Amino acid sequence: MNIELNALMFLIPSLFMFCCGIYGFITRRNMIAILISLELMLNSVDINFAVFNRFLFPGQLDGMFFSLFAIALAAAETAIAIAIIINAVRLSRDADVKDLSKMKF
Amino acid sequence: MESLIPVLILALPLAMFLILGLFGNYMSHKWAGIIGTTSMGVVMALCYFVAYQYFFSGAPEFVDADGNRLQFIVFNQDWLALYEKLVIRIGFLLDPISAMMLVVISTISFMVHLYSNGYMRDHHGVWEKGFQRFYAFLSLFSFSMLGLVVATNIFQMYIFWELVGASSYLLIGFYYTKPSAVSASKKAFIVTRFADLGFLIGILILSFYTGTFNFTDMTSAPVAGMDNVYQVGMAAGSIFQNPATMSFLGGSLLTTALILIFIGGMGKSAMMPLHIWLPDAMEGPTPVSALIHAATMVVAGVYLVARLFPLFMFNEANGGFALEFVTIVGAITAFYAAMVACTQLDIKRVLAFSTISQIAFMMVSLGVSREGYHENLGYMAGMFHLFTHAMFKALLFLGAGALIHAVGSNDYTAMHGLRKYMPITHITFLVGCLAIAGIIPFSGFFSKDEILTACFGNNIVAYVWMSLVAGLTAFYMFRLYYLIFWWKEHKVHEGHHAPHDQPWTMTLPLIILAVVATFAGFIPFGKLVTWNGEPYTIHINWTVASISLTIAVLAIALATIMYKKENPLPAKMKNAFPNLWRWCRNRFYWDELYMFITHKIIFNGICSPIAWFDRHIIDGTMDAFATVTNKASYAIRGLQSGKLQNYVLVYLIGALILGGGTVAIMFLFF
Amino acid sequence: MLSEIFSNVLIYFVIIPLVMMGGLALCRENDYKKIRAVAVVGSIALIALSVYVLLEYLKLRHAGVEDPMLFTGSWSWFGPLNICLSVGVDGVSIAMLILSSIIVFAGSFASWKIEQPKSFFLWLILLSTGVFGFFISIDLFTMFMFYEVALIPMYLLIGVWGSGNKNYSAMKLTLMLMGGSAFLMLGLIGIYYNSVLPDGEHTWNIVKIAHECNIDKGWQYFLFPITFVGFGVLGAMFPFHTWSPDGHASAPTAVSMLHAGVLMKLGGYGCFRVAMYLMPEAAQDLSWIFLVLTGISVVYGAFSACVQTDLKYINAYSSVSHCGLVLFALCMLNTTAMTGAVMQMLSHGLMTALFFALIGMIYGRTHTRDIRQMGGLMHIMPYLAVCYVIAGMASLGLPGLSGFVAEMTIFIGSFKAGMDEFLAGHGALKLTFTIVACCSIVITAVYILRVVGKLLLGPVQDKHHLELTDATWWERLSTITLIVSVAAIGLFPNFFENLIKFTFSGDLFAAIGIK
Repeated sequence: MNIELNALMFLIPSLFMFCCGIYGFITRRNMIAILISLELMLNSVDINFAVFNRFLFPGQLDGMFFSLFAIALAAAETAIAIAIIINAVRLSRDADVKDLSKMKF
Repeated sequence: MESLIPVLILALPLAMFLILGLFGNYMSHKWAGIIGTTSMGVVMALCYFVAYQYFFSGAPEFVDADGNRLQFIVFNQDWLALYEKLVIRIGFLLDPISAMMLVVISTISFMVHLYSNGYMRDHHGVWEKGFQRFYAFLSLFSFSMLGLVVATNIFQMYIFWELVGASSYLLIGFYYTKPSAVSASKKAFIVTRFADLGFLIGILILSFYTGTFNFTDMTSAPVAGMDNVYQVGMAAGSIFQNPATMSFLGGSLLTTALILIFIGGMGKSAMMPLHIWLPDAMEGPTPVSALIHAATMVVAGVYLVARLFPLFMFNEANGGFALEFVTIVGAITAFYAAMVACTQLDIKRVLAFSTISQIAFMMVSLGVSREGYHENLGYMAGMFHLFTHAMFKALLFLGAGALIHAVGSNDYTAMHGLRKYMPITHITFLVGCLAIAGIIPFSGFFSKDEILTACFGNNIVAYVWMSLVAGLTAFYMFRLYYLIFWWKEHKVHEGHHAPHDQPWTMTLPLIILAVVATFAGFIPFGKLVTWNGEPYTIHINWTVASISLTIAVLAIALATIMYKKENPLPAKMKNAFPNLWRWCRNRFYWDELYMFITHKIIFNGICSPIAWFDRHIIDGTMDAFATVTNKASYAIRGLQSGKLQNYVLVYLIGALILGGGTVAIMFLFF
Repeated sequence: MLSEIFSNVLIYFVIIPLVMMGGLALCRENDYKKIRAVAVVGSIALIALSVYVLLEYLKLRHAGVEDPMLFTGSWSWFGPLNICLSVGVDGVSIAMLILSSIIVFAGSFASWKIEQPKSFFLWLILLSTGVFGFFISIDLFTMFMFYEVALIPMYLLIGVWGSGNKNYSAMKLTLMLMGGSAFLMLGLIGIYYNSVLPDGEHTWNIVKIAHECNIDKGWQYFLFPITFVGFGVLGAMFPFHTWSPDGHASAPTAVSMLHAGVLMKLGGYGCFRVAMYLMPEAAQDLSWIFLVLTGISVVYGAFSACVQTDLKYINAYSSVSHCGLVLFALCMLNTTAMTGAVMQMLSHGLMTALFFALIGMIYGRTHTRDIRQMGGLMHIMPYLAVCYVIAGMASLGLPGLSGFVAEMTIFIGSFKAGMDEFLAGHGALKLTFTIVACCSIVITAVYILRVVGKLLLGPVQDKHHLELTDATWWERLSTITLIVSVAAIGLFPNFFENLIKFTFSGDLFAAIGIK
């Protein structure tokens, strides 16, 4: 099998991942699920970086680096988010995002 | 002349003010009085010396080869340089009128200093509270008044003018716990301040056009075609050189300036309609009334006109009407004040109205003074009357003070028949009355006669009018005299001491002033004080003199009939003209009118609405900005629901709209 | 570079307050002795420094130095935007520096017994750092920075140590002044981008802009009004003055003194130094707008003061009137009037500080500022009452005290400006408003004497007041300092006039016809 790879083959799954992320982010009530949705979106962006780098500027590695950078950031961000969620769970005995509406005003 | 003595004349009273004001509380009452009086005595001696030098030494700086008296500036220190030649200086100008005023002020001031040693104590010899403060203020006043008369420029005069106003304020309000004294002092200050506004604007106009404040530059630089010593000499090309171009807001410029300046003088000299503060000023201690509100400060307006007289003459020669204005104001005031004086109860108020009337005499005298008639006789007469009036009016006031001190009331109804109890006061008061009534040979006769002669020469209406006022003067003064010393026997209430003459510190000034008031008329004033420094001999115009003497004697006779013994005649008179009497008694309701203007119109009609406007409209607008911002943020804060997913949804929709919109625009237009 | 900065004498006007703050930081919160010592020593050092600068300045001028600014120095701060720390003074700034140091000195004594002294003095001295920095700066950016430094502490000083409706007042004052500085910032940035030196660089330096750049006239018409309004808000110009009565009424004594005495002068100084000095053509053409507004301020403030019953409100409205006169005289564009404006700044700064000090002292004793509830204080506290009368006399323009000299210089200058305009056939606007402004001397007398009569004279209103005591030594020291300064200006005005006049007779003003 010799399939010619093109950008769309990567971008469409990435777009699908991103939309799933958005959908999950908006509809899910559980904070862990929201966090997972967020990761989905971030990962789809990472894929895009890698793909665009590969197809548009094959001789350079900027996009690749950026993906790596974003993965590292995502890890840090997840750690912080988990910490916040644990604290929130301790407060409300539940990981439901509704209970965090104290942020208003 | 060395400048040491003139400097001392000003510095000594100022130093006394500072010493007594700052350290007065650390010295005893007695010593404060002694120090204050002694230093004033020294100042008086110095003033006499300077005046003597000026009038009689014949030194070339004072008298020119023809015997004309000159203006001489002893020193002139820059104080504030404004622009070009406009420099405010503090200096010492000697000329006939300033030398004469030095004598008047220092004499009266010394007498008052001496007299107050007795007056400012009660019958047991206990000193009045704030005695040291009283002497400090007296010194401040003497300093300011001396500085005023020796001013070399109009701005120096204005500076000291304000200072005398302030010291008058402090002295009228000396009994500061008495509400009436407080409001009287406030009234005096504000009324004169209002007049000073005119003075200030007048100075602004005059100084802008002449480019100088100096009297000597304004008046005495010789100009071709005018051969007098005191001529209006402006810089070449100055607007005053060309009367045709002198217009300011429709009127002649110089006339406007002079009238505005004269309004300042009207305020200080209590001319109608700015006279209302003077009767109230009698709330001050009586020696203060004698010094400030009879002899010295209130004649500052007359002095001002006399000082600027060459300008008034120049104005007259160019068709201006400033002098006519002075005459008319003076004439109306003289008559009004004399009418009111006939009905007052309070002896100090009678004297106050009499002062207003007499100052108006001086104003009229200056106003009718023209070159054509006896070389400006009116000017000399006005100054002469200023001199004699200062002496006899101070005498009358000090006498009134002695009476008030003895009786404990200002009202003549509490006095009646005091002649046996207080013989010295009686005789000296009588001398004062005779002088002011113009009976030969007392001093008032000579000066008033000269004024009437000047009026006679200028304007027959003014002459008749002023003669009438002179008659009224004699009448109300003798009414006062009889009601105090005769009318009926004095009743001594049980438990009270009979009134008696006062200690020597109070009687001595009375005697000295009585002597001066008797003989001052024989001073050859024409040789000393004339408008252009040229001496001449006074001739008494016997026609005028005999008419005025007759009027005075008739008026005195009428007063004798009505008031010597208790009788129903005054009450009958009162009932015959009830309205006239009521208006006179209430001073033609001027105070009520002013009360209405200040309280109803200015306070309630201007100040309160402005304050309301500020708090509610202007500040309201500013607050409204804050309120609107606040309200708006409350209104939109519901969007901040705190639900994370709502935010994301809104964000998503927003991003889609923007993104979609951008794409759509790009497709449509590119 | 650092040694170069430290060798400039002016920089010490900022360093001394900073050192004072360092010293205060080392003290414990309620260690009154040390805190007072720091404040007093520091403010004496500031007075000494300003007198030293004055003498050096006069020496240089006497030697014939004609530069517009002396003791100049400029050190780059942020190269890409040409922001420098530039310092330099002329007679006007020196007058303001002397005024500020005297008031800081008097203010330290007036807050002798303040609560939480450490924090209070820290903020107060931060405020004075801003004030001194403002007056020595000749770089627009640095100037603006110091201006903001002076504004912010005001909020905390009023909000924490104030009285009455203090939160409202502090908020109002800060917001209105911040609103002013928003205008100002726009104006300053506009000036920066319109001032191009011959070598193509932009500059913030005032002297360079004035002498080497020509701001485009069209831009001037836009920038002049907003800069003037920006500073005018601080100078209590009608109709942007309403922060003043509320702010002063709530502020603690020393803050009122500094605010009315010095901070309001920043407004007048800035109007002249930035708006008029840099944009003379627009000043020539547009100053009539502000002439009308300030002319209204003068009588409006005075009339409002006539019916107030709170002592601080009376004085705040009187400040509106007097500060209005400052801007009014500046708008006359006449050497004499403008000199008078600076004299009036000095005079008003000192006498209003004296007023606020006295009001604070009286309030501290009677616990009321309502003149209807007090009376006969002359009998109870003669020292304070006499000082109040002196302050009142200075305010209503008694010769021998500072108010008279300043007002007369302004009136004579304004009248000349008005007549010049009138005779040149340009209408009588200046003349009319000069006469209107002259009327304020009468109204001033009315409200001053009203207060003196009600508050100090007459019978004692409240029997409890009879037990009150007179001034303490630190209060006496504070008031005497101010009275002596007021009298010094009133008695020897020529010295100050000569100090100030040089600035207003430079060639820059000759170019637009200021005589």
